[in-house]
Formats: sequence, structure tokens, C-alpha cells
Amino acid sequence: MIFLIRWAYRRSRPKRGGEPPRAPRTAGPEPKAKSDFSLVLHQTRYDVVSFFRNGQARFFTLALPVMFLVIFVSLFGSGTVGPDHTKESTYFVPGIAAMAVISASFVNLVISVTAQREAGVLKRRRATPVPAAVLIAGRALTAVSISLMVITIVLVIGRLAYNVGVPLQALPALALTAIVGSATFCVFGYAVSTLISSSDAAQPIVQATVLPLYFISGVFVPGVEIPSWLQRIAQFFPVEHLAAPTTASAQPAKRIRSPGAISVCWPSG
Amino acid sequence: MHTTEIEGPAAELAAVPAQTPAPAISVTGLVKSDGPYKAVDGIDLEVRSGEIFAFLGPNGAGKTTTAEILEGFRQPSAGKVLVLGTDPADADGAWRNRVGAVLQESQPEPGLTMRECLELYAGYYSAPRDIDETLELVGLEEKASARAEHLSGGQRRRLDVALALIGDPELIFLDEPTTGLDPSARRDAWEVIDGLRRLGKTVFLTTHYMDDAEHLADRIAVIAEGRIVAEGTPGKLGGRDGLGATVTSSLPSGLGVSDLPSALQLLATRGPGRSVVLHSHSPLAHVHFLSDWAVTTGVDLPHLEVRRPSLKEVYLSLTDHRKDNQ
Repeated sequence: MIFLIRWAYRRSRPKRGGEPPRAPRTAGPEPKAKSDFSLVLHQTRYDVVSFFRNGQARFFTLALPVMFLVIFVSLFGSGTVGPDHTKESTYFVPGIAAMAVISASFVNLVISVTAQREAGVLKRRRATPVPAAVLIAGRALTAVSISLMVITIVLVIGRLAYNVGVPLQALPALALTAIVGSATFCVFGYAVSTLISSSDAAQPIVQATVLPLYFISGVFVPGVEIPSWLQRIAQFFPVEHLAAPTTASAQPAKRIRSPGAISVCWPSG
Repeated sequence: MHTTEIEGPAAELAAVPAQTPAPAISVTGLVKSDGPYKAVDGIDLEVRSGEIFAFLGPNGAGKTTTAEILEGFRQPSAGKVLVLGTDPADADGAWRNRVGAVLQESQPEPGLTMRECLELYAGYYSAPRDIDETLELVGLEEKASARAEHLSGGQRRRLDVALALIGDPELIFLDEPTTGLDPSARRDAWEVIDGLRRLGKTVFLTTHYMDDAEHLADRIAVIAEGRIVAEGTPGKLGGRDGLGATVTSSLPSGLGVSDLPSALQLLATRGPGRSVVLHSHSPLAHVHFLSDWAVTTGVDLPHLEVRRPSLKEVYLSLTDHRKDNQ
């Protein structure tokens, strides 16, 4: 994971001489039909580079969750919550991790896809032989990779700064939750982007959509403190179904609940 | 007439008549309606391989609609369209491999350098061109490492052409390639487009600039209000070669049309200011006659000018004519 972060960071920065790292040159006369899978990887690589070169995306997706974590724990983290007397910070770290995954998979995707659509970029790609499925898969793989990256950053900070850890046996389940959750939110992202008419409207619309959901789904406020009627509403939306298992993974005594039927129903709807 | 004897299998080959290659684009009776309004009202077109074909018309005439149908982005309401032998509505990846398009307004890929944009697109095609060579063709080899967003308008258009060219297509659509470019960027764009012909590409160019069409095209079709109003080479468009020339000169004060020799008076009309205009189908003879008269009578003819009608005048009369007939 650290290697991935360092590789992507280095890719996005120009070398000393002012030249960015060069990819191998494509030869002229030699035909190279790429398989769909290698085409997805090809697309993902450039989408990742593009993400890391976008300052706004870097801030909102990578830095903002960390900022939230630090602020929330500093303001509210000292108390305890619930019958088990778990520390509040134990809730915040996985909650913010879930938020980070949503930010990378949903918010970032909607904003970038609407911007690309408006800029004529998607239409230009339609004029090439690349299948639409490859473009979507590449973008989704990019989002999943960034989600894994950012969830790692949040958990590492949570461990080092606040001693909130995820037990080793919970890690595979957590990774799976993150991947499935990220992919699910990518699908929502594409669905929502078809409803948004202009790229200027994209940022406020997605933020306005996810922020209330973050509150009622146990991301900013520990789940046990949310009134049950609000919790019931939150159950209809996908955020809670990502936040709950990530939260559970940080508490070794609880069992991990898988993302659940609801978050599968959402993309098919 | 000198004939050579050909023997054997070569004789059979020589006996087969040369076949005209199939046209790159063939359109018959194309109609595109948007409710009761007809954006394209029955047009026929043929574009031959290896030529630059300009589709010229004012804004709203139906050029971009037609281009988008040919590119496979929109469905026609009626008519038959064949591009490289296939109906673009059934376009698959193999067809897209052979066709490149520079769309009207597109922004560069965010965050990538020019070289990376070309690498990305090269990966989409089965037999892409060499990247450095393509950058040289569009004159952007010095800017290869620059972020695409930091380019000027003219450079972005050239990048668009490079992206359309990287797949080494046979046919390239250029939609309004010089719109919004300053004159020097325009000249650069012309050089690039001329270069496409040298590569053997077929180019379908839509534009509302007459000089683009005049300078670049092998053949032009003029569209106005959804219909083709003229078609031909730039020299012959609208019967331009058959139209007479105009001989214009200003006359010194005190002289008018009635002072000209009687033979020339039949051709003459008053022009703006103190000028006189002769409409002539044999301008050389009439200029000779006029200058003989002027020299003999001691009259000076400043601003003497012989002009053929410009393509602009032909084009304007074709498109205005259309409106008069409505």
C-alpha cells in the first residue's frame, strides 16, 4: 500500500529535468490489439495519474478526511459512548474511513465524470474503438485503488495517533468491505452523474446529498447516539451499510456484518 | 499511336478495366428531422478516398448534424449512409479503428501531459502511429511534456488533431477546426490539414469559413438550410469559372459613364464613389480597349482593377439566394 502511494506520487511529479517519467513508446507499424483486461489497466493507470495531478481532488479525497478525523477526535473524542463504554474515537476512525471511501468513490467520481462529459472528453473517447465498459471499469478500478489508499491512511493515523486499531483477523473483511463498498458507490456515482446537468452543479449536489447521510448513518456521530427513527431512515440509504461494518471491524468483540442486501439493491435500482 | 505487345498472364490483367475505388463516404437522400423541423432535408454526397472534402455552410445549416450522423453519433431519420463501406449507426470497434474525429469543442484530458494523452489514446487502437512522429506532424514536439490544460487554443486544436491521428485512421472528420483561432494559428492549422492529404488520409471538413474551404479543399459542397445548394471544386463552385470578371476604376472628376467609348458603355455601371464597373466575359480585350482610350484621351485611371468573383461572393450569393426563394 505504501509502495502504491509512493509510486503514484512519484508518477505525478515531474523529474528534476522537468520531464515526467516516460512510458515506453508505442511502435508504429506493429499492430497490438490489447485484450479488454489490459485495456482496463491501461485506462486505470492514466486515470490515477490524472487524479493525483488534480489538486482539488487530492485535497478533498485525501486530506479532508484526515482533517475531519483530527478535528472530531480533538473536539469530541475524549468521552465514552454506549453501554460498553467504548471511547468515541473508536467510532470516529472507522466512520471517517467510510467517509473517505465514499468521497473517493462517489463524490470524486461524480464530479470528474460530469466535468469530463461537459468538456467533450467522453464524446471524444466514444469516437475511439475503446468500449464504454472498459472506461467505466477503469474509472471504478481507479476509485477502488484510491479508496484502499485513503482508508489505509486514515487507519494508520487512527492507530498511531489515537490507538484505534483494527485487529489483524478483521483486516481481510475490512478490505473486502472497502472494495465492495467502493465499487457500489462507483455505480451510484455513474447513476447520479447522468442526472446532473452541469459540472458546476455537481459539487454542491453531491455534497448536499452525502453530508446529511454522513450524520444520520453513524459516520460523524456514533451510531448509538442516533435516535432510532433516524437510524431506520438511514437503513434505506447505502452509507450506513458501509459505515457499520467498518465500525464493527474496529471493535474486536463484535462480529463483522457484510455490506448487506440493501447496498446491492441500490445499484440495480 | 504506339502499342506494346503484352504476353501471358499480364495480358489478362491488362484486359481488365481499372475499377474506380469505392467512395470513402456515400450519402443518399439523408434526412434528419427534429419534430416538424428538418435539420437536414434530403442531401446526397460522395467523398472520394484521399481527398479533402469541405462541407461549407452558415451556422445552423445542418453541417454539424450531418457530420454527427456520419460519425455515428446520431441516427438519420431517413436516407442511406455508408462510411468506409459501413453504416455508421452499426459502427463497431473495427470501424472506429479506421475513423478519427476532431469534434467541435473539446477540452483536453485533465491532468495529463500531451505525450500522456497520446499514449492513452494510442492504447485504444490496434495499430497506432509513433507518438513522437505524430507530435511532429502537428508541430507540437516541443510541448510534449506540457500539461494539456496549459496550452493555448491553437495548440489544443492541434492536440485534438494529433489524438484523431494517433490511431492512423483512413478517414478523419474535422468539425470547425479553425473556429476561434487567430490568423497565425489558423495558418498553422492549415499546414497541419494540408499535411493530412500528404499522408493519404481522406478528410471531411465542416466549416463556415470560406477561406478555409477555398484553401484546403479538393471539392466543396455548400449547404444552406438543410440542403446542398452547390457542389464542385473551389475554382468551379457555383459556376464561378463561367461568371464574368469585373473591371473597376475610378474616373477623374468631371467624367462619368457617358464619357466612356460607346462600346464600353453597354457593360458599364456606376460604382461607389466616382468609380465605374465593367462586367465583362473577356476582360483582357476590354481592359485593352479601355486603356487605349484612356491613354489616347489623356485620362488617368487610378485604381484600375480586374477581379474574378471571389468564392466568398459566390458563397454569399448562393446562401442569400436560398433565403430569397423561401
